[in-house]
Amino acid sequence: MSAPSRPRASGIGRVLVAVYAILAIAALGRSIFQIIDRFDEAPIAFSLSAVSAVVYVLATVALAAGWDRLAWITISFELAGVLVVGTLSLAAPALLGLDDANPFGREATVWSAFGAGYLFIPLALPVLGILWLRSRARSAVDA
Amino acid sequence: MILGFTVAQLVLACLVGLVCVIAGLAGRKPNDLTVLSVALVELLLLAQLVVAIVAPAVGNAPTGNPLEFWMYLVSALLIPPLAIVWALVERTRWSNVVLGAAAFAVAVMLWRMEQIWTVQLA
Repeated sequence: MSAPSRPRASGIGRVLVAVYAILAIAALGRSIFQIIDRFDEAPIAFSLSAVSAVVYVLATVALAAGWDRLAWITISFELAGVLVVGTLSLAAPALLGLDDANPFGREATVWSAFGAGYLFIPLALPVLGILWLRSRARSAVDA
Repeated sequence: MILGFTVAQLVLACLVGLVCVIAGLAGRKPNDLTVLSVALVELLLLAQLVVAIVAPAVGNAPTGNPLEFWMYLVSALLIPPLAIVWALVERTRWSNVVLGAAAFAVAVMLWRMEQIWTVQLA
């Protein structure tokens, strides 16, 4: 990927990687379970949830390996996803095939209600990720 | 699941999480206290695994979806060992924060497991 010479994530960036990894496990686990158990109930929402889970995994790998371009793409995708799907899940749940907007309900996904079922970590994490990528890019230019 | 045991486990996991995060923010590298306390969280998770296997046989079966419950339990069992390996490989203060994050994640997952076992919203 881009800039192999750039050092791997260091310092506080490692914490970001770890939290991303935990979120990736959470999103992937729930998504796999919902698709096995109840895909028919909300196919659109659960498909989006599966896509988000895969993107979290990619973002984790990209951050850990220092692939900044992939990290930018995946993290921006997540921020857009949590904002768009979060808004839709509250304003127009029917559009996603959801019966209700309960972020803790059986049809809840990682992005429902801006990630309220996950302590809003899905909303906070992409912002922190972008801030961190920016500070890293800046320090790389300075060096 | 046994509510009392789950609550004890949850309190411990939160306490361990707090200790590890504070140790990390205070600039400490992973030490016996932080690594072993996360190992203790894992030990109790293994006890929880035994409880989950035995409980249905003695009339305490999960009211929720067993598949969902087991996915949580298996994922939770994987998290502390991964965090400990991380802390042993990378000996920086931030690894303590990672250990803490792992403990908090286990706490949240335990709460969800208890919900799946006992409380049905739908």
